[in-house]
Amino acid sequence: MDRAGIEAVVIEILAAQLLLPPSEVAPDARVDDLGLDSLGKVEAIFALEERFGISVPFNANEPDQPDFDFQSVGSIVAGVERLLRG
Amino acid sequence: MRRVVVTGIGTVNALAGDVPGTFAAFRAGRSGIGPLTFRDAGRLTIRVGAEVRDWDEARFTPSERALYDRVTQYALVAGAEALAMAGLAGPLGPRAGVIMGTAAGGIRTWEESYRAVFAEGRNRVPPLVVPRLMHNAAASHLSIRHGASGPVLSVASACASANHALGLALQQVRSGAADVMLAGGAEAMLCFGGVKAWEGLRVLSPDMCRPFSLGRRGMVIGDGAGVLVLEDEAHARARGARVLAELAGFGTTADAGDIVAPDPEGAARAMRAALADAGLAPGDIGYVNAHGTGTLLNDRSEARAIRAVFGGAAPPVSSTKAMHGHAIGATGALEAIACILALTEGIVPPTAGFETPDPDCALDVVANIAREARVEAALSNAFAFGGLNAVLAFRRA
Repeated sequence: MDRAGIEAVVIEILAAQLLLPPSEVAPDARVDDLGLDSLGKVEAIFALEERFGISVPFNANEPDQPDFDFQSVGSIVAGVERLLRG
Repeated sequence: MRRVVVTGIGTVNALAGDVPGTFAAFRAGRSGIGPLTFRDAGRLTIRVGAEVRDWDEARFTPSERALYDRVTQYALVAGAEALAMAGLAGPLGPRAGVIMGTAAGGIRTWEESYRAVFAEGRNRVPPLVVPRLMHNAAASHLSIRHGASGPVLSVASACASANHALGLALQQVRSGAADVMLAGGAEAMLCFGGVKAWEGLRVLSPDMCRPFSLGRRGMVIGDGAGVLVLEDEAHARARGARVLAELAGFGTTADAGDIVAPDPEGAARAMRAALADAGLAPGDIGYVNAHGTGTLLNDRSEARAIRAVFGGAAPPVSSTKAMHGHAIGATGALEAIACILALTEGIVPPTAGFETPDPDCALDVVANIAREARVEAALSNAFAFGGLNAVLAFRRA
């Protein structure tokens, strides 16, 4: 899957958690600005794992998110790309 | 009002199979966290926990082993130690009861049964699955074994279960409904399904538990049980029992907010309620055994709550979870035992694994090395998922 395809899926997953239409999640949006709470975040990560067949190394206790940067749509897309490359 | 005292304690946990061994580990600041050893642990992302090691099931007869999930086994061994220390022998009769906390009950029995019917395609499970896995199994077997035929029940409030059990047992004795209560908690959640479920929340640490420390990476689950013998003070004095401490107060509140995120306001209200119930002022408290899970959110929220209650003069704080792990529904009972060590021997057990103070947790954290201090009274905090807070206040005998 190319970058645009991954981005579309990431936006779809975040939008589903936020109960928003995908058109309201901008490709440059930041997750905290979208208002996703901590449970929504872990549900979105689970959805990413299921959808892409990956295992996301994310620990909610690490504020700087060294293993998987979940702070923006762009950083999530980059993280998924990296995991898909293996 | 009847005063309620602690006349016996017993435990099984990752540090030791009894109280003397646990006290020795508390004094030494030793951690019981290590690699997980149960079946399929290699398939997990998180592979550390505070397991009870080298458990000898042979101490139970074959018919008992068929009936007792591990959670019940831990409770029975801890209960026997507590009663022996209290100098009580069964049958304890209708003026005695049992209240035990557990979050997951017989989860290993669920797991083994599901594995048999789903994964292995078997058509039947052992006949005693229901009495093994029911949440009240540990409380009921303690009642049966020791002939305690008064108020007996189990309490499930996730990580606050044991504190709620101890608080409710305090109220049974105080109200006159019972003279003697066995109370505490038991948990045996360290199995593949138990850890797999926790992994999904992304709050488990992959290595160590470092409560209140900068660089903490989350909680580490533990197994075990703790049982306290609570007794009407006059009843205990009349029979010449050694009184270890007074269980002086219980505060219980709900955040009525988020299902998992902690709220410092609800936590502070529970601490204040426990102090008021005990007739203690904040300045009387010489030690707080924190909930201190080692997650980013809990420790920050709890530090705010402690500062709200104590102002700038907060007493020494430690989280013993870095040693015995977060034993979920049993953890409050293990931490009550840590408070008893502080009150009876003047040893404040440390927060093992502590590296660097976190400005977001500005507390006097007893780090890594036990501290000698005369403690007149102690608080023990438990703040559970579901927004349920339970705080106990203990006073020196």
